[in-house]
Amino acid sequence: MMRKTLIALAALPALLLGGCEIGTKVTEQQGPRGTAIAQVNHKATMQIAAEVPAPPYDLTPDMLEGDRAGDAYENVQVLKDISVDEFNYTMASLTEWVSPADGNLENGGCNYCHNPANMASDEIYTKVVARKMLQMTQNINANWTPHFNNNYGESSENAGVTCWTCHRGKPVPANNWSAASPSPSKLAGNKLGQNTPLKQTAYASLPYDSFSAYLSGKEPIRVGAKSAYPSTHKASIVSTETTYGLMMHMSQGLGVNCTFCHNSQNFAKWDDSRGQRVNAWYGIRMVRDINNNYISSLGDVWPANGKGINGNRRGPEGDPLKVNCATCHNGINRPMGGVKMLKDYPALKGVHGTAVPAPAAAPVVAEEPADVAPMAAATALAKPAA
Amino acid sequence: MAYQNIFTQVQLRGELEPGVPLDPANNDPRFGPFGFTYWMGKLGGAQLGPMYLGKLGIAALICGAISIVIIGMNMLASVNYDPIQFVRQLFWLSLEPPAAKYGFKILPPLNEGGWWVIAGAFLTASILLWWARTYRRARELGMGTHVAWAFASAIWLYLVLGFIRPLAMGSWSEAVPFGIFPHLDWTAAFSIRYGNLFYNPFHALSIAFLYGSTLLFAMHGATILAVGRYGGEREIEQITDRGTASERAALFWRWTMGFNATMESIHRWAWWFAVLTTLTGGIGILLTGTVVDNWYLWAVEHHFAEQYPATGTLDPSTLPGAPQ
Repeated sequence: MMRKTLIALAALPALLLGGCEIGTKVTEQQGPRGTAIAQVNHKATMQIAAEVPAPPYDLTPDMLEGDRAGDAYENVQVLKDISVDEFNYTMASLTEWVSPADGNLENGGCNYCHNPANMASDEIYTKVVARKMLQMTQNINANWTPHFNNNYGESSENAGVTCWTCHRGKPVPANNWSAASPSPSKLAGNKLGQNTPLKQTAYASLPYDSFSAYLSGKEPIRVGAKSAYPSTHKASIVSTETTYGLMMHMSQGLGVNCTFCHNSQNFAKWDDSRGQRVNAWYGIRMVRDINNNYISSLGDVWPANGKGINGNRRGPEGDPLKVNCATCHNGINRPMGGVKMLKDYPALKGVHGTAVPAPAAAPVVAEEPADVAPMAAATALAKPAA
Repeated sequence: MAYQNIFTQVQLRGELEPGVPLDPANNDPRFGPFGFTYWMGKLGGAQLGPMYLGKLGIAALICGAISIVIIGMNMLASVNYDPIQFVRQLFWLSLEPPAAKYGFKILPPLNEGGWWVIAGAFLTASILLWWARTYRRARELGMGTHVAWAFASAIWLYLVLGFIRPLAMGSWSEAVPFGIFPHLDWTAAFSIRYGNLFYNPFHALSIAFLYGSTLLFAMHGATILAVGRYGGEREIEQITDRGTASERAALFWRWTMGFNATMESIHRWAWWFAVLTTLTGGIGILLTGTVVDNWYLWAVEHHFAEQYPATGTLDPSTLPGAPQ
């Protein structure tokens, strides 16, 4: 009896350790000692970070010569100023990134977007989306450079995104979000948008629709007071919890802990934060730009759920699937381990301040110029921040 | 070795003990005693009862039951009255306080925090009635009222969290939700919102007394068990004699750390540490948001916290033309 009890007691610590991650950890100190500002990484996870497909073939300098794509082909609106060869190279690449011919998709390859009888036709909605996504990619690479600012003493040149960064060979990136269904006003089934075990809140009871509030909406994320004593600053506990929910997503989406950006002694304070927090700050604005001006602005181009060639492109509330931090980062603070694949795809770089044709975004430009072309606005408007 | 075991090794068996008779005017009927149980005897006295409920006890239990039913029914409603989901999600479910827009309105709509106010009112009534019960029972037995005042210290913290501070802040939304994980999330968010509660000196005192309480509890419990072979649990009656468990226990600590609490004073130590935990904690919570909005900045200003060298990181929203 006693022996059995002892054996059972000896097994208990092993069971309690069952939730722990097995494997070698790498710890890097990143702040003053004694502040626990350190990153703990799982070595095995770090190694699979850099899965990057090779270009379809080499883009040689002489291929950049010759006719422009806009002159050679009909209905080329975004990539019209590059050579025919570079255009085809880019098309071949993005087919591999988004809808490879040997993928699982029935209509994969070129036909995912194009009518093979008339390549210029916009009849398939995915072609309209792809055009918008090219504009978006150019806008990100040209205008959201502060998000790609390198904090590791390396050059930031060619840092940016391609279709692969998010898509990884799939028409719909694996990590996306859509608006949560609103809580009913009666008691039954009403959880006030929280108190539900979900991944995006790290299985806490935190409010779970922080994406709608902060990644398409512009609710104030900052909750910590800037002065020691009560002032005009107001932030409720619930809004603090909503911010907390977003931060849990950022932490999971980037595979980092709080101290990757913050000194947790006082989360709000910028003076004690790491430079990475600035990248994250621009990242949040960039994601709002992507969601509002490139994805949601496509409106009814997105097929209703159950229609269209490849299933659902909208959430339960009918809004399109949108991006958050995890869409690009996929759990790694430098997507794909920091490989700068943009260097092989010059057509995706866009032109600073001008690569935002995005017609649907035009009204937004008029109302809130700073939201669309951040760096252009930063230089042109010199508008004090609110 | 018997006394050094985890469980009580000796169980008394004999006539059931009904307890001393009290003043006839206040001597309400008590139930029981009901009998002996072996398993309760492992943990404490083997005799169950007698139990005295009285008017205060009955009123407290009714109020408490109403409160728990309101909380439970709200949680059940939130999962569409699905009993399986109620069990599966119980740790996540909550009865939330009213939203900030209702301020300190006495009764917001029931489904928007009104039930929280009602549940809190019944819970508070239940706790206060139970406090009166502990006070009155102690008096009836001719005891001091130390238990009641220690309980009052815990009630102080409870009232600060759920009523006094929300009143001072003018908003129920500052109060704690009824829920297992939700109240923990509240705690974390509360600390972040108000600039890190660890820099609140009253929070620091509360932690010191809390950890001190566990230390004292361990020291005292271990000391008495260790002299159990000399009848050390009969603490006070041995106090004046030589060679007793009491004297050995005192000597042990004098030899170990040069000082010993007495058999009487150790209980005063324990009582004060426990009482001060919630007393200082309540003060710390009450000052948060009302007097101090960011405890870290307050602590730096008062040379209570280290100001680390700045990293040179600038708030990008302060740059001209920054995106919103």
